[in-house]
Amino acid sequence: MFNYTFHWRPAFQALPHMLSGAVVTLQIAILSMIIGVAIGVLLALMSGSGNKIFRGIASTWIEIARNTPALFQIYMAYFGLGQFGIHLDSFVALLAGIAFNNAGYLAETFRGGLRVVPATQVRAARSLGLGSVSAFRLIVLPQMFRAVFYPMTNQMVWAILMTSLGVVVGLNTDLTGVTQELNVKTFRTFEYFALAAVLYYLIAKAVTLGARAFAYRLFRY
Amino acid sequence: MFHTSLSLNDLGFLAQGAGVTLLITFWAMLGGTILGIVFGVFRATTPWWATAPLAFVLDIFRSVPLLIQLVLVNAFQAIAGLNVSAFMVSCVVLALYTSAYCSELVRGGIAAVPLTTRRAARSLGLTWWQDMTQIVYPIALRIMLPSWIGLTLGVMKDTALVSWLGIIELLRTSQIIVTRIQEPLFVLTVAGLIYFIISFPISRLGARLERKWREND
Repeated sequence: MFNYTFHWRPAFQALPHMLSGAVVTLQIAILSMIIGVAIGVLLALMSGSGNKIFRGIASTWIEIARNTPALFQIYMAYFGLGQFGIHLDSFVALLAGIAFNNAGYLAETFRGGLRVVPATQVRAARSLGLGSVSAFRLIVLPQMFRAVFYPMTNQMVWAILMTSLGVVVGLNTDLTGVTQELNVKTFRTFEYFALAAVLYYLIAKAVTLGARAFAYRLFRY
Repeated sequence: MFHTSLSLNDLGFLAQGAGVTLLITFWAMLGGTILGIVFGVFRATTPWWATAPLAFVLDIFRSVPLLIQLVLVNAFQAIAGLNVSAFMVSCVVLALYTSAYCSELVRGGIAAVPLTTRRAARSLGLTWWQDMTQIVYPIALRIMLPSWIGLTLGVMKDTALVSWLGIIELLRTSQIIVTRIQEPLFVLTVAGLIYFIISFPISRLGARLERKWREND
């Protein structure tokens, strides 16, 4: 047992390289969250609307996103879309897969959040002369986001963890991709991946704490 | 007309992969639930400073990507010369990963039982163990079960990642078939459909249980 000498120095020397990978990881996570929130709000509205077609589209999206693995969704974007002549590179495919997944989960969250806002408020806003769009934007949305802020932070952490799947479709610029490339060159798997794990942990914690501080400033009465 | 080279044999291969997926899910859930209950009860009944180290470790399992955890443990067992199969590594990692989430569920379930109810039980002469099994367990179970079903489905979907260690589960079998017949969209759709068929009815059941039990409260 343990005929192995740990070599931590090359791992620490690669730290700047890995940190630049961490930046890419954060970029993908943030972009996927922005797209996911936008589509998620739309899907939540569609699933609550009277139109049958809209409801069908929304529930199909939500159920597929929630009942298949995230890796499957990324594979679909990377390999599956090729059949339609759409060839995404691994960065875009990863982003599309995570954004699709985020939108499905967030739509379900937003649907619950929309119920928090009483219908009487919308009626009051409309009778004060606000249009339907501005009533939604100024009255409903802010209250909904307050209600779903905590689940949204969770989804953000999930998005960060999901970005690690990019390596499976050949992405080599994000944190896991960079780590895997170093690993292939040196075969110091444990050292590099342990460092990557620490970085992921720190990123996830920073996001959680940052969100909590942000919520404290935003949602104080 | 629609034509495909996907043969009946390939479907059998996919089914075999689905079997591996379910098998890993089973072991991960079994280990994860047992550990999760132990950790959860420990964390719910002991002051926070005593459980802080455990809470910290469980938090790591939830803050580091599963893929990294799998690679790390697999590399570690190779270094330590344990000579454990990749299947075993996947089950252990997934069980630990599950236990982190399950302990959170158990803790939440126990915390949801009103303290007054438990004090009443204890003052009626029930022991701690009787209080846990006769009072807390039935009440906490209704709160936990829907989330536990959701956790099971989450783990089932997360098993797709063990293909990175070379285990041939459902998603990996679809990739193998794709490399042969070159119809990624169709084969992936079939694989996705299998996931969906497993996951969707159970998730519906969970949602129904949640609704039904909430009515009675």
